[in-house]
Amino acid sequence: MNAHRKMDKPDTRNRLDDMSQGLVGTAMDRPDGPLKVSGQATYAHEWEVPDMVHGVLVRATISKGRVTDVASDEILADDAIHAVITDDRLLRRPAQGGANEAPPQGSKQVDYFGQPIALVVADTFEQARHAANNLKIGYETEGNAAFDPEAAATETDKPEDDQLDQGDLDQAMRNAAFTVDQVYRTPGHNSAAMEPHCAIASWEGDKLTLRGSYQMLNFNINELADALHISADNIRMLSPFVGGGFGSKLGLSPEAVAAAIAAKEIGLPVCVTLSRQQVFETTMRRSETHQHVRLSCGEDGVLTGLGHECLVSNLPGEEFYEPVTQATHFLYGGKNRKLGIEVARLNRTCGGSVRAPGEAVGMQVLENAMDELAEAAGIDPVELRKRNIPEQHPEKDIPYSSRRFTEALDEGAKRFGWDKRNAKPGNLREGDWLIGHGMAGAARINILSEAKAKVTLLANGSAVVETDMTDIGTGTYAILTQIACDMLGLPADKVETKLGDTDFPAGPGSGGSWGASSSGSAVFLACEEIRRKLADKLGSDERDLELADGKAGTGEPAQSLAVILDGEEISAIGHIEPGKTLEDWQQATYGSYFAEVAVNAITGETRVKRMLGVFGAGRILNEKTATSQCYGGMIWGIGSALTEELAFDNRDGHIVNHDLAEYHIPVNLDVPQIEVVLLKERDEFASPIQAKGIGELGICGAAAAVTNAIYNATGIRVRDYPATLDKLLEGLPDQQQ
Amino acid sequence: MESTELVVNGKAHKLEADSRVTLLDALRNHLGLTGTKKGCDHGQCGACTVIVEGRRVNSCLTLACMHDGDEITTIEGIGQPYNLSALQSAFVAHDGFQCGYCTPGQICSATAMIEEARAGWPSFVSDDLDGPAELSDEEISERMSGNLCRCAAYPNIVNAIRQAAGEQS
Amino acid sequence: MKPFEYAKATAHADATAQAANNATFIAGGTNLLDLMKLEVMAPGKLVDINRLDLSEISQTDDGGLRIGALVTNSDCAADKRIRDDYPVLSRAILAGASGQLRNKATTGGNLCQRTRCYYFYDTAMPCNKREPGSGCQAMEGFNRIHAILGASDACIATYPGDMAVAMTALHAQVEIEDKSGDIRHVPVREFHLLPGDHPEKDNILEPGDLITAVILPPPVEGKQIYQKVRDRASYAFALCSVAAIVKMDGDTIASVALAFGGLAHKPWCDEAVEELLVGQQPSAELFGKAADLLLAEAQGYGSNDFKVPLTRRVLISVLKKATQTGAAS
Repeated sequence: MNAHRKMDKPDTRNRLDDMSQGLVGTAMDRPDGPLKVSGQATYAHEWEVPDMVHGVLVRATISKGRVTDVASDEILADDAIHAVITDDRLLRRPAQGGANEAPPQGSKQVDYFGQPIALVVADTFEQARHAANNLKIGYETEGNAAFDPEAAATETDKPEDDQLDQGDLDQAMRNAAFTVDQVYRTPGHNSAAMEPHCAIASWEGDKLTLRGSYQMLNFNINELADALHISADNIRMLSPFVGGGFGSKLGLSPEAVAAAIAAKEIGLPVCVTLSRQQVFETTMRRSETHQHVRLSCGEDGVLTGLGHECLVSNLPGEEFYEPVTQATHFLYGGKNRKLGIEVARLNRTCGGSVRAPGEAVGMQVLENAMDELAEAAGIDPVELRKRNIPEQHPEKDIPYSSRRFTEALDEGAKRFGWDKRNAKPGNLREGDWLIGHGMAGAARINILSEAKAKVTLLANGSAVVETDMTDIGTGTYAILTQIACDMLGLPADKVETKLGDTDFPAGPGSGGSWGASSSGSAVFLACEEIRRKLADKLGSDERDLELADGKAGTGEPAQSLAVILDGEEISAIGHIEPGKTLEDWQQATYGSYFAEVAVNAITGETRVKRMLGVFGAGRILNEKTATSQCYGGMIWGIGSALTEELAFDNRDGHIVNHDLAEYHIPVNLDVPQIEVVLLKERDEFASPIQAKGIGELGICGAAAAVTNAIYNATGIRVRDYPATLDKLLEGLPDQQQ
Repeated sequence: MESTELVVNGKAHKLEADSRVTLLDALRNHLGLTGTKKGCDHGQCGACTVIVEGRRVNSCLTLACMHDGDEITTIEGIGQPYNLSALQSAFVAHDGFQCGYCTPGQICSATAMIEEARAGWPSFVSDDLDGPAELSDEEISERMSGNLCRCAAYPNIVNAIRQAAGEQS
Repeated sequence: MKPFEYAKATAHADATAQAANNATFIAGGTNLLDLMKLEVMAPGKLVDINRLDLSEISQTDDGGLRIGALVTNSDCAADKRIRDDYPVLSRAILAGASGQLRNKATTGGNLCQRTRCYYFYDTAMPCNKREPGSGCQAMEGFNRIHAILGASDACIATYPGDMAVAMTALHAQVEIEDKSGDIRHVPVREFHLLPGDHPEKDNILEPGDLITAVILPPPVEGKQIYQKVRDRASYAFALCSVAAIVKMDGDTIASVALAFGGLAHKPWCDEAVEELLVGQQPSAELFGKAADLLLAEAQGYGSNDFKVPLTRRVLISVLKKATQTGAAS
């Protein structure tokens, strides 16, 4: 039984507000929590697969050229080595999120330093690692590689549909009372999920089972099928637990295809795990960006012009580019606009999605520029933003769906005590530390994605939810359980949610913050269908049905579900598709950040002392997991602001700091207690459950609050991220004072 | 091949393995104890933290054969899904994790860290090297900084440890 | 990791004899195994010395302390005598690595910690330290963490540790037993080498040499400070660190010992700087002169240029704090 809905109209029923079970929105503990805290959750590498052997990928140590020779025989002399795979189907780079087809294949051509070019398979991990380390490769190098995005010789192109030239920005700048015209740079980032990418492939005849660590099985299965030249019907992928993704596991990555080819060739299950260094070198990087921002306003601070022109990079031939201006298009007004993206073609690790592609770095810079404009115009930064919230979309003639930007700014300012801050930069010192306060706005586009989920109400009155949707830490297990509980009137322990298995109906995958609202809507629709069947059995109208604590009735829940079902079970597949509401309304989530930093007046080291985020993201499905997502985003913001940077060697394009010792993600001591406030909101245009995405909103501008606070503390504008101490030293107070 | 006896969670295991096998890989690949995680394999993330002879260590940076006869506690020995330790329960209640991959390491680390503080060990952020080691939020954060969490559940990790340490004292 | 033979040493003589015959000692192993996995180091034989009787901290006849080579960083930092009399050492150790690593890392092993140079760590890169004569990629590459003092044309790597920096300021001695069972003492200040033409050699140890202890002289009066500057609040190597032990006599500097981490191939000390300060009254001018002298020969290589002004600022700040009259910390 199918329940299908295309989101062409708003859903104003707010049905989840009327359910008596009342779990949705609460801070329910994650049902998967006890497994995770006791080490019993099964991540990719942790399945018991008999006779499994181990493969280790070999990396290219040139930046561009061809592999001419692989000295396989030398290492195959060792009986423990099963195979050296150099198959033409090996992936040279991961698939982009949602690609649904194989990325460039073939291990002979080398496009970047660190690219996988072979797989060594041995009885044990130790044997495979050593042999892979010592496999001799012959190369023919091509000399015309490009490594520096800003070098004059580097080829660039401009994606046609991401260039906007509206009105006359140059003139607006000339006529403005106040302007900002600055270049900002953000470095590359790596997702650095704690679980390295891993796949275990095993074949039974033509049937492949691949246990891996992937975010979007609905696409990954087709990418794998395409890469192997087999039918997706012959593949089952399993990812019930994913140790973090943040974009790096959206598309299929090289280990999956390598494991599958090797397992077929040697007739044994093969496990391939990327080393941490390989995670840095061969999974997606966030592009570095060069952003030219121009803002112009009148005396009143109202924008007359807005320019945001960006240079990003990727490998030749990649369609993906960091969509830096994504939120700039709709967040603030200003009639005269010039927004554009240019892509430099480099021989560096593939560029792709890393948490909140676009806004993570675009909002970070736009909100720095807004801070600069507020200062130039002598207007409070909170007030400046409020004055520039447009009525209608500034580029398209469409309205906004629910938008709680103003409330987020006001609520944040009030809770943080913004009015008590010292507005004059460099004016507050406690011992060796300069104290500063900063704020920024948050915005992230909202997406609804096609999703299916099956819900079965079992004869015993409990229920099972099944979808190939994943939980990458986002809380999918919790929120789908909560939705099913409320819709079917069941306590949490009567609903089991099963995820991450391609034998289940295809979900939306975890990415772009769409997972919860999309898969949640699919579960909701399936449950509505089950309610209709139950109502039929009770001879009543579904809308009059009351369900709670395993009982059903009209008016009040009186009869136990098991009795009503009388040995039957009811199953339904919910199916949601995005529709007109996504095109005819600008949908996004909004928020505000406020930060207090201390900058060491001697050394330039920055510590975040206090941070607040206020967010409006539609219906909050689980207060606890939603809050955690916001913590995560904001702390990524701290990392982006202060420490995270992929360091490339521009002589060969290799990532110099390819490990967790030197790529500095924040540690516990970098992070203070953070306050997150979730505003009450229902977005009827977003989804039948009035929810929007929240997994990425926390990062979309967070870093700007930190660097704006650094400016307030020191009077130093860091426009070249991250704000490491070396960029502050020169502007710090003279020590002789 | 090295012959080693590891006493893991109170149970003796005979291990016949390549001398190159780390304690981490011995636990995961040879003993089937996959609760201990491999995040970096180079002592840079703390996901592999286990307790050896009462001390928390990175199991990726020590060889199994160096631990003949040693008592090792892994996450499996700290508590099971239906019999969680106070700290594990606090992690669930405070949402001290998201993806869960660093979590066993965080919990093993915190379990031993609370004992270190109780023994009066100072930390880098202790004002007084000699004072009693009170577990303030800053002290917890510093002492737990060897356990990276990319989901960045840090505020909740601190909340969970603060609660569990408070209950125990 | 290359296959290797593994042996447990039961006595010093047994250990040093094996080491003299091309084996490498393993104690905590936190740096050695890290490097062996990458095959930056590939010893054919490991001698596990963890069962040797070198885990005690004991009083010396002259009132100093003898820290056994196998005393872990954690035990050393937490030892009451060290906390009370050598706080700079406790502070330096606690500023390094993580709780887990300090539980494994040993006193002797930590002295032998190798550089964190990115190019040294990547076997695809030429590196004179890893492969003598192959070249140095760091010099014209990304060198944020590299040396500004005492580097050579062959190598600009830094010694990354904290513990040895404090030991340098404390004038500690390394006790070494050689393959003949003879014991010698080498000041920590002379233990590490500058890269010169042989960056592959980190320190003065010869094959068969076993570090058995570090000996601290009797406690000295004065204020002890360890300041570490790094890119994260914790769990990161020093960009610059300063260990200072300063004794005041009224308003005059009676004695001073300084050592610096993150700046050179060894914990850096400059006796001329110490001499300049002794007998003088603290002043901004004096501290400025000390910094000038310390950094007179300093040279940046691009991404590490900032270390020169950073070190200057940190030194001046530490000297100010160390010479302030008031309670010793």
